[in-house]
Amino acid sequence: MAHDSLTPAPPAGVRPEREPGRRAGLGGALGSWDAAIVAGLVVAGLVAAVAVPNFATGRNAQFLLLDLVPLALLALPMTLIVVTGEIDLSVASMVGLCSTLMGQLWLSSGLSLELICVLVVLLGALLGAVNGVFVTGFGLPSLAVTIGTLALYRGLSFVVLGDQAVADFPADWTAAVVRPIPGTSIPVMVVPVVLLALVFGVVLHATAVGRALYAMGNNGEAATFAGVSVARTKFWLFVASGAVCGLAGLFWTLRYASARGDNATGLELTVVTAVLLGGVSIFGGRGRLLGVVAGVLLLGVVRNALQLDDVDANALTIVTGTLLIASVVLPNAVGDVRARLHRRRQRAQVTAP
Amino acid sequence: MSPDTGESTSSPLLVLDDIAKSFGAVAALRGVRLALHSGEAHALVGENGAGKSTLVKILAGAHAPDSGRMTLDGKPLLLRGPADARAAGIAVIYQEPTLFPDLSVAENIFMGRQPLRSLRRVDTRAMNRAAEQLFARLGVRIDPARPARGLSIADQQLVEIAKALSFDARVLVMDEPTAALSGVEVDRLFGVARSLCERGAAVLFISHRFDEVFALCQRLTVLRDGAWVSSGRTADLSVDEVVRRMVGRDVDSLFPKQEAVLRDTLLEVRGLTRAGVFSDVTFSVRGGEIVALAGLVGAGRSEVARAVFGVDRYDAGEVLVAGRALPPGNPGRAIAAGLALVPEDRRQQGLVMELSVERNATLARRAALARLGLLFGGAERAEARRWTRRLRVKTSRLTAAVGTLSGGNQQKVVLAKWLATHPRVLIIDEPTRGIDVGTKSEVHRLLSELAGEGMAILMISSELPEVLGMADRVLVMHEGRLVRELSRDEADETSVMLAATGQGAIA
Repeated sequence: MAHDSLTPAPPAGVRPEREPGRRAGLGGALGSWDAAIVAGLVVAGLVAAVAVPNFATGRNAQFLLLDLVPLALLALPMTLIVVTGEIDLSVASMVGLCSTLMGQLWLSSGLSLELICVLVVLLGALLGAVNGVFVTGFGLPSLAVTIGTLALYRGLSFVVLGDQAVADFPADWTAAVVRPIPGTSIPVMVVPVVLLALVFGVVLHATAVGRALYAMGNNGEAATFAGVSVARTKFWLFVASGAVCGLAGLFWTLRYASARGDNATGLELTVVTAVLLGGVSIFGGRGRLLGVVAGVLLLGVVRNALQLDDVDANALTIVTGTLLIASVVLPNAVGDVRARLHRRRQRAQVTAP
Repeated sequence: MSPDTGESTSSPLLVLDDIAKSFGAVAALRGVRLALHSGEAHALVGENGAGKSTLVKILAGAHAPDSGRMTLDGKPLLLRGPADARAAGIAVIYQEPTLFPDLSVAENIFMGRQPLRSLRRVDTRAMNRAAEQLFARLGVRIDPARPARGLSIADQQLVEIAKALSFDARVLVMDEPTAALSGVEVDRLFGVARSLCERGAAVLFISHRFDEVFALCQRLTVLRDGAWVSSGRTADLSVDEVVRRMVGRDVDSLFPKQEAVLRDTLLEVRGLTRAGVFSDVTFSVRGGEIVALAGLVGAGRSEVARAVFGVDRYDAGEVLVAGRALPPGNPGRAIAAGLALVPEDRRQQGLVMELSVERNATLARRAALARLGLLFGGAERAEARRWTRRLRVKTSRLTAAVGTLSGGNQQKVVLAKWLATHPRVLIIDEPTRGIDVGTKSEVHRLLSELAGEGMAILMISSELPEVLGMADRVLVMHEGRLVRELSRDEADETSVMLAATGQGAIA
């Protein structure tokens, strides 16, 4: 592009299609990304209900939602982090490490499980703080830092428990996390996830912090000049991400009654996919939590239906990867098409006054 | 100098006639004409939104005109893209050139057409030699082998001009090249432009600064609202006349400075030092007072402002607002203490271009507008509406991305954002850079009003008329030091420029 000085400089920094918040009433048939994902969710659900045996059953709904709990949890802080233009790829490894720490504490510390749960969440926050220090304190790119801690934390989780598993958690605890709300097939665990989603949604969309997140995701320098503590805010986001990973680690361990070093391996791919699928821009500054929730559900429905249809795990990874690429490519392609239509309309107006 | 006869005997080199261009329903240009003569510098002036940029883009081949004729040397000229413009010998120098920072100066000049040796290897030596010859023709010294990163904007423009020379450009369009240059750099650029004219090139010069227009250009064309107003010899015109033609009315007073009523000291800076940037800067600003910080570009003025506001850290010294020390490096605390900074670079520092007008206007007040920590749009909208109305920001919707506004309106949004915080001290860095005459005088009137209400204003400006017209006191910086303090009566062009160039002690 910029090879040629004779090309007029593009209006620097103006990408008119990037308007967080209100995107309604745009481009007719193309619609907004949020609406498209919700529609995709409905279509995927209907197709699965018709085509996949046993999909539309209460029992499957329960499993589907239980499977989605860790994904949904991790997607919440990830959304905020990606909105600021950063990323946290170490989430699955933090879940794994928190799980083995929980196992080791239960095995050898003699502490009560309640206390262990609190400790694990705090340890998760500490792991996130390490990411935060490297990203904000030393000013390193979060992509590099969290790829590093992705490997580091996974390695440490094998140091904590070796290749053994801790499985002797009290049965009333392990049963509690999978129990449905009485009279429904919705697991109780959905309730804290929904509450947490509300908290993150309010923070992102209806607080001063949320405004600052969008500002720094679009232009960190201008945010600084407006009095936003960019580094401090990002640091606390990484801490929040770690703490939520601690929660997810607890849930994972109790649900499968198993603390193992390889718990949640590869989950970061699914989390990032869900967030981008939900319309959050990988470049930061754009996206809504509602879209992400729809993205999580869509991804869950697709994966669950394919699993029921006996598609193997490798194929699932292929699907997830394809969705990830598509959710990065499609918004750009849609933006291009829109711009082209817009230009054509302008030309039509000019030639036919 | 080229023979400058009263009437042009030569036929013009490049002629634009009855050019029209619309974007959607908006007519950006209609009936515009322009004739550039070889060996002459021609000024193009007009308020922002008058159509200057569109005209430049047509000359650069980026936009095709909807109708009208262009001829070069009497032959019809059709520009289907930037490559055509270049082939026709038309080069455009922008206010802020975009060079590849990590490539050498010579590589930037010869990008895409480097001299080659066997096996298609780049002949670096031949390339550097060729670049050196270009710089020699321009009479400037830039090392062709050095990386472009770190070149001043003035030098970057010279690299662009060298590139244009290497294409044998006969028409050189300079789009506000001097906006970011200091006086010395402007003189050098003008020297280069004049020598290009002597060699028979035609220069189209776009600027908001009339002194420069009159110093450099033989002819002048005025645009207003996309339409051609007049073309003529600059010698036959006065500044007042040009301004009247640009705005279509009399600008009653360019600098509506009111008499200052001095109140308590609101901003005090003591011994502020940042190693290698500025040292031992001490000054104070009282309520009701406008203090200008003058100096050449690079003297450290903006850096002082950034340190005072807390965007940058400093090594020594202290900043007090209304007698209370500010913690260093914390803009949030500075805002809370009543400080506001309208930064120099609107696009990078002042605004988040992708966000809406209302989000930008309320960004600095986001916490104060929340009820019980929650923000639900209504309070922000009301606040944004109040301030954009008061400052008369022209925008279709408050939800429009601020990047779609004109420069003057963007500057008003930055001002709205900071005035909404009800600051006691306003630091404003280049308040009117790149905005049109009408908005300029609005901004000046506003600053004067705010000072009248008791605000302490520290104004950094590279435009001497603005400094002299607005300031109650002028502080002059030179190479990171505060070298002179001049009262309103003492300050004139000579005294400020002498101090700014480091001769203050002698003067």
